[in-house]
Amino acid sequence: MSIETSKVGLPLAHDSARGHVTGAAAYVDDRVPLEGQFHACIGGSAVTRGRVTRMDLTRVRAAAGVVDVITADDIPGVLDIGPVFPGDPLLVADEIEYRGQPLFAVLATSHELARRAVLLADIEYETLEPVLDLRQAMDARYYVRPPHRMQRGDAHAALEKATRRFEGELSVGGQEHFYLEGQASLAIPGEDGSMTIYTSTQNPTEAQKLAAAVLDVPMHRIDVVTRRMGGGFGGKETHGSPWSCIAALFARRSGHPVSCRLSRRDDMVMTGKRHNFLNQYDVAHDDDGRLEAIRYHLAGQCGSSPDLSDAIVDRAMFHCDNAYFIPDVLIDGLRCKTHTVSATAFRGFGGPQGMIAMEAVMDEIAFRAGKDPLDVRRLNLYDTNERNVTPYHQKIESFSLPRILDLLEEESDYRARRAAIREANASSPVLKRGIALTPVKFGISFTVSHLNQAGALVHVYSDGSIHLNHGGTEMGQGLMTKVRQVVAEEFQVSPERIVVSATRTDKVPNTSPTAASSGTDINGMAALNAVRTIRGRMVDFLARKYSVDGAEIVFQDDQVRVGGEILDFSRVAKEAWLGRVSLSATGFYRTPKIHYDRESASGRPFFYFANGAAVSEVVIDTLTGESRVLRVDILHDVGRSINPAIDIGQVEGGFIQGLGWLTCEELKWDASGRLLTDGPATYKIPAISDTPPVFNTRLLEAADNDEETIFRSKAVGEPPLMLAISAWCAIRDAVSAVSGYRELPVLNAPATPEEILRAVESIRGMS
Amino acid sequence: MIRFLLNDREITLTDFAPRTTVLDWLRLERGLRGTKEGCASGDCGACTVVIAEPAEDGLAYRSANSCITFLGALHGRQLITVEHLAEGETLHPVQQAMVDYHGSQCGYCTPGFVMSLFALSRQPAEDSEGRALEAVHEHLGGNLCRCTGYRPIIDAALSVTGSMVPDRFRRNEGKTREVLMAMVADDPLSTDVDGFLIPDSVAALSEMFADHPEARLLGGGTDLALEVTQQLRDLDHIILVTRVAELTRVTQSVDALEIGAAVSLQDCRALFANHYPPVDNLLGRFGSRQVRNPGTIGGNIANASPIGDLPPVLLALGASLTLQHRDRLREIPLGDFFLDYRKTALAPGEFIRSVRVPLPKASEFFRVYKVSKRLDDDISAVCLAIWLQFDGVGENATIVDARIGVGGMAAMPRRAPGCEAALRGRVFNDGALAAAAAAIDGDFTPIDDARASADYRRKVTRNLFTRCLLEYRQPEAPLQVTDVH
Repeated sequence: MSIETSKVGLPLAHDSARGHVTGAAAYVDDRVPLEGQFHACIGGSAVTRGRVTRMDLTRVRAAAGVVDVITADDIPGVLDIGPVFPGDPLLVADEIEYRGQPLFAVLATSHELARRAVLLADIEYETLEPVLDLRQAMDARYYVRPPHRMQRGDAHAALEKATRRFEGELSVGGQEHFYLEGQASLAIPGEDGSMTIYTSTQNPTEAQKLAAAVLDVPMHRIDVVTRRMGGGFGGKETHGSPWSCIAALFARRSGHPVSCRLSRRDDMVMTGKRHNFLNQYDVAHDDDGRLEAIRYHLAGQCGSSPDLSDAIVDRAMFHCDNAYFIPDVLIDGLRCKTHTVSATAFRGFGGPQGMIAMEAVMDEIAFRAGKDPLDVRRLNLYDTNERNVTPYHQKIESFSLPRILDLLEEESDYRARRAAIREANASSPVLKRGIALTPVKFGISFTVSHLNQAGALVHVYSDGSIHLNHGGTEMGQGLMTKVRQVVAEEFQVSPERIVVSATRTDKVPNTSPTAASSGTDINGMAALNAVRTIRGRMVDFLARKYSVDGAEIVFQDDQVRVGGEILDFSRVAKEAWLGRVSLSATGFYRTPKIHYDRESASGRPFFYFANGAAVSEVVIDTLTGESRVLRVDILHDVGRSINPAIDIGQVEGGFIQGLGWLTCEELKWDASGRLLTDGPATYKIPAISDTPPVFNTRLLEAADNDEETIFRSKAVGEPPLMLAISAWCAIRDAVSAVSGYRELPVLNAPATPEEILRAVESIRGMS
Repeated sequence: MIRFLLNDREITLTDFAPRTTVLDWLRLERGLRGTKEGCASGDCGACTVVIAEPAEDGLAYRSANSCITFLGALHGRQLITVEHLAEGETLHPVQQAMVDYHGSQCGYCTPGFVMSLFALSRQPAEDSEGRALEAVHEHLGGNLCRCTGYRPIIDAALSVTGSMVPDRFRRNEGKTREVLMAMVADDPLSTDVDGFLIPDSVAALSEMFADHPEARLLGGGTDLALEVTQQLRDLDHIILVTRVAELTRVTQSVDALEIGAAVSLQDCRALFANHYPPVDNLLGRFGSRQVRNPGTIGGNIANASPIGDLPPVLLALGASLTLQHRDRLREIPLGDFFLDYRKTALAPGEFIRSVRVPLPKASEFFRVYKVSKRLDDDISAVCLAIWLQFDGVGENATIVDARIGVGGMAAMPRRAPGCEAALRGRVFNDGALAAAAAAIDGDFTPIDDARASADYRRKVTRNLFTRCLLEYRQPEAPLQVTDVH
């Protein structure tokens, strides 16, 4: 392969970029309305916990434009659509477990009429006392799933004999996904009980399976189609399915196409968010600041049902070591139940909530040992020789963090800036600045092993144009663009020759959700395998036809060199077709090497680790608690990048999303369990002024992946979100300056102005 | 009948529900679905369109959230949507910049960004990089992106600011202006679409409103429209006030500015910039550009929200209002206008005609502070405006009068009488500070809500007096996080 013709590694624009900027890229609700299309809207509970004693929907049924109204009794098939464990009734039949939980659904001739009709329901409830507080659930051992433990060595014994030991607690907030496109589905009934569902989902197969279960038909009756989402971030992994099921139900009942899209408020009330956590740690370290042992309690607030919480709290546990070796460690992960909407997947999938606990511990150790936190972080970093075993017994075999930290420390001028900041703070009474450098080590693979599989379908048409399909979904992360580059690379054709098509369950079946940062890794490989099959057939055919050796057939520059002859790729396609060669192939991939025994909490859950690090500098106002990020330097390892522009976009976007999680994004419920932050007027994601004025993002050069991933790249979807922990640590550093660095305050996340001011006041006057 | 241009197509509507929003009309009636709904509350910018209106010279291009813009407000305007920017296969330069800089990921917010960028590209070039970045923040602060982290969008924006691209809009500007002027000229205002009235004179407005006091007055509609999109209320009778000539006027006398109630918040910035720079800064963080463009000063006062940002300012500046009912005018101090939560002194059929803001005098000191979770487009947890009149200059001058306007701390915007009394007659020093801080606690019983706790609101309000004193002593010292570069 010559460098000039390489398609992999080019910063190509997103394949839909032109459609995005012209408005031509269509999302589910942008489809041209069909003749007779109806619209569904959901009626939610007005109480937080209880039972319906009387539901009178007479006025709803009689309202203008209303076509149909359904309750749990009207569901022909399965009522509980919990993705792994039961607990998620499509419509409540028994106990109401959170405020806003769907009780009934209305079908009307317009979206607005459906919304208006919902308001007319007359419902009486018997109320029960809800559990709303994580600590309360923890104390009561009120769980959605049993606790789980990971351990290595004897943490209790090590803590008992430790000379330096401290305990701490950190509350970490949840996060609303706030994908700009709300949940949306369109179900179109076909003949013989079939149904096509267009839906904004990261998980078409799940949408298919659940619609089939709810309608009580085999999966082959349901086709699910997803061309693109207006953002997903985990919020459309399982929480997109209720709405496609409702659309399918109504479509079946009415025989009409049915759209179900949630208003922003319904979306925020009725769909899950990132888990908030309460993390407790008991830490032993030596005089130098080297970790000896940690005993962790990680409690995730899972809300009303298990959903994906078992795996999410597991992932928090998998990441509470972050990048550091803990000689003796014991981790208990709790899945606490509360009467709030079921928490769900969100970029990082619990990893961030676990990782931040460890970074808080690092700062605390540095403070106690009187050292620069970066020195303590380096001291505790894993290596690949002896200090290389994780709490779940996977060995660190390849580790780019030492190199990343060296480069980043130098490029960002960390030491000099830290000294200058500390000096400047001494003479700045109101504004204090802070700085921190933190690393990220994030495990790549679904920890539920069977999900690590993918399929693809590639057709080459007789004119040489190529149709690409695979099981991954596009939510903005550039998956389609990257996989297209993979196919272009393998065929050595220009990417324009390849059309990217909507993800469809009738083309590639039994797919995994596009999640766990795995999209390109697994679907890229599946597509590569499909291409290799077709290319192999082409080579065999050409070798026969032109009587040359297969080794003399080279694909290059949209052409194929066959011995001395050069054929255009389209001519090869046509000749192969005339020669009755199949130009269509499926490709399949399963991630190798991974295994995990949850019983013993040991194995190799991750194929490899993704790494990066960031330095953040912040300023806080000690009178108001307001903060701003002034400068960020990031160095991130994506292995050999398939598309550096897209990868940088993931890194920067992930960082800012993480920054929102840790600063301005605050979910609040009132004492009765009503979500107060139910719209963008009260729930604030980062806006443009929150982007640091100096924002240097680089991909690690000469990077590689020791594992055989797709063109030796590394997954990039989730890991960069956790780079924002550096900003949170920097804020804590700035607060510490209020005491002349004599105190290191507790700083809970998110570090809103209110939380920062609380932390400031907790140590003011202690200098 | 209302008439306007949808891109380059002339539209005449004789019958539409007054509550119809531009977004719904575009997507549901016209099948133009490039404009997206993200929140239907004017908080995300995904639905941003640009509305061009005849200006003295050419056209003024203003971005707006189409989800909270009423269709009737387009009368005599050109509505520009994302579908109209490209010419054939050639992308508009702002679109091309978004492609070149990788400014879109999921793409759902992108049409809104493109339209805000288009409005930005109509602006003259800034004279420095810093000013250019400020202009980018100012124009794009109301567009949320959840994917990119904004950096590539900022780069795309900086590449097109002040480029004055010779696009079709510039080429056709003269002609478009003529068409728009003709629409309004041929068709006398006070148009009579059922339930949507557009008076062009204060005489017409006062008659209509007095005859139909149940009608809702529409300024920018950035709050009123939420009743439609969020509460699903019917609005059967709307009177648009922004075409009333007298209400869009500004006059300056020797001692005061008289600002028509329908002057936009964006236009207010320039008015205040000369006299009260802190108000200009505050307005820079008032809603978003898409809200400041249509939003009016009168609307921000009349809806009497406890969290509006202008009332605390105007209370501290000693502003008064001229109210009108039929041809009867009365002037009342702003402090007497707010009665309770969303209750005002307006009688049925009475409206705010203008706002009178005294010009600054010698030896006065004025500051306004807004504290919120986010810099851009956020509602204040606390908005505090402090106006102090001294008997001289320097650190030993005595405060002879004080007006403290506070938002977010009570059911309505209010002054802080206890705090004002505690300051009067004192030298502005640590003693005065302690007295003011103690007194303001007694002036308010703030609430806990999604934005902040009562305790935080109390603490911050006290602490802002400390900031004020520090700024009084050292006006140039960097004391806010936005002062650090």
